[in-house]
Amino acid sequence: MQLSRDQLLQAYRQMKVIREFEERLHIDIQTGEIAGFTHLYCGQEAVAVGVCEHLSTDDKIVSTHRGHGHCLAKGCDVNGMMAEIWGSREGLCKGKGGSMHIADIDKGMLGANGIVGAGAPIAVGAGIAAKIDGKGHVSIAFSGDGACNQGTTFEAMNMAVVTKAACIFVFENNHYSEHTGFEYAVGTNKDIASRAEAFGMKIWRGDGTDFFSVYETMREVLEYVRVPGNGPAAVEFDTERFFGHFEGDPQRYRGPGELDRIRETRDCIKKFRASVTGAGLLTDADIDAVDADVMDAIETAVAKAKAADRPTPEDVLSDVYISY
Amino acid sequence: MARMMYREAVLSTIAEEMERDENVVVLGEDIVGGNGTAGGPEAIGGIWSTSTGLYGKFGADRVIDTPISESAIMGAAAGLALAGKRPVAELMFADFIGVSLDQIWNQLAKFRYMFGGKTKCPAVIRMAWGAGYNAAAQHSQAVHQILTGMPGLKVVMPSTPADVKGLLRTAIRDDDPVIFLEHKALYGVKGEVSDDKDFMIPFGHARLTRAGNDVTIVSTGLLLGFCEAVADKLAAEGIGCDVIDPRTTSPLDEEAILDSVEVTGRLVVVDEATPRCGFAGDICAMVAEKAFASLKAPPLSVTPPHTPVPFARELETAYLPSIPKIEAAVRKVLSYR
Repeated sequence: MQLSRDQLLQAYRQMKVIREFEERLHIDIQTGEIAGFTHLYCGQEAVAVGVCEHLSTDDKIVSTHRGHGHCLAKGCDVNGMMAEIWGSREGLCKGKGGSMHIADIDKGMLGANGIVGAGAPIAVGAGIAAKIDGKGHVSIAFSGDGACNQGTTFEAMNMAVVTKAACIFVFENNHYSEHTGFEYAVGTNKDIASRAEAFGMKIWRGDGTDFFSVYETMREVLEYVRVPGNGPAAVEFDTERFFGHFEGDPQRYRGPGELDRIRETRDCIKKFRASVTGAGLLTDADIDAVDADVMDAIETAVAKAKAADRPTPEDVLSDVYISY
Repeated sequence: MARMMYREAVLSTIAEEMERDENVVVLGEDIVGGNGTAGGPEAIGGIWSTSTGLYGKFGADRVIDTPISESAIMGAAAGLALAGKRPVAELMFADFIGVSLDQIWNQLAKFRYMFGGKTKCPAVIRMAWGAGYNAAAQHSQAVHQILTGMPGLKVVMPSTPADVKGLLRTAIRDDDPVIFLEHKALYGVKGEVSDDKDFMIPFGHARLTRAGNDVTIVSTGLLLGFCEAVADKLAAEGIGCDVIDPRTTSPLDEEAILDSVEVTGRLVVVDEATPRCGFAGDICAMVAEKAFASLKAPPLSVTPPHTPVPFARELETAYLPSIPKIEAAVRKVLSYR
């Protein structure tokens, strides 16, 4: 199904926001001004956006340690996110969560998560809630190929099937579980979707470096899961991680020329531009205008984050019910 | 008032709250018991009889019979809570926190703080704990000393049917995650219970079960009854004991304990958790820090030894604090002049 010009521009903008948000963090982190551990989503933008462009705020997502892309795609405020990562009091979580714990419940974003594999059971709970409410809403568990080896993910898949939760397991296979290869760590068939199938779910597969592949695949998946009573489904997207596991990762596990090659041939943003301009759906000028706008937005977000109020020592004791 | 067992107080409170608020759902393994068998749903019901009849009354959507997947049960409770429901999840034995702790400790407990206060997480995690059934090392443990140390959790330990009623209702209506610890040796104990369907006991309010001016005894659960027996025996000798049941270990009614010690000057804490980094030591330290000038004797604790819970009757009896051991500790603090 053909997307409208506005839909195409929106999808491109969302991917570009994630890309530039992460590229900018990659630079700013090297100055030492940003604290903590950060895991960048660059390279996987087509997955987050291709999934979330189908969702409303009533649909819930649960994310991972590599969560910035999912948060932005689900509608979290760019300024609030940047401020959070800079540890500001004006951040989405008042500087108490940081990169790995960004959440915006009102947007249906139930949290990035610092524990690999912890998200899937939470998404099942949200999927059971959606099933009980019977309004056709769904929950999405984003997991990587690393999380697919956690027992919690297996428990969650089985429980989703047993309870007929309106839950979709989206596996982003970026070929690296932290620093270890998918070929080594995933023992069965070198494939994740077939595991989900073994739990009794309908499965799909798509190209996670191609927005249109993700978007069309998710249209089918959602059409299925939104039907009350159908229960869960799973989808595996093959994708690429352009940076290391965390910022500062020396990435000695990469092959010669690997990063240049995937940036050249597997970049979802380059592919999107080539596809839409080739088909005459958008012009280079259209896309250049979005690019300029996004660069401004990121610049603004960084400036605001740097200028934002810092938390005070008193803030340590708020937002928790008991302080001894 | 109605007379009922501890386990009946659990069940009736859950049923009343499910009746009152359609967002209240229950989940856990075997809480329906019999699904997928020739006997059919509710052939068994939950093993503690704390969910009997709920499935028939409220249906499969709200009485969620899960596989044996404790991480997924705790995680689903977290997701249900974030999505606007009020889950009451059952962990069949408290010992099973070992396989599900991440979802309790890193997820449920931390959401509100990590997310900058922008979410509620109204989940109740019920679990059966404690020794006394000869269930050995993996089905008899105390876990409150572990969970009380985790910021973000409220920890409730009812010792009577009346407290079950008032505290469980408070837990279900609370907007934060609550650990509700049911002592398995108390399930059959009977008591008078309020039949007011809004009867609630606020967290952080201890109950004085015996009053006296000579010694303060703090205890909960099965051992509370042992302490009361000691207090009653000593009362006949003219020795008065305050027996305080904190009822919730987090929040803790420090004031009730400190007020009592200021009068008695003597403290014995009796607890079922192991001695190191435990609840008894925590109370003794709190009193030493905050009421040192009132003390006439060193605070003493009576706990099991630093061992796993043993199986054989003789061994489990030797492991648990007993009435003679508690009495000896009370007499020891009285021996200081």
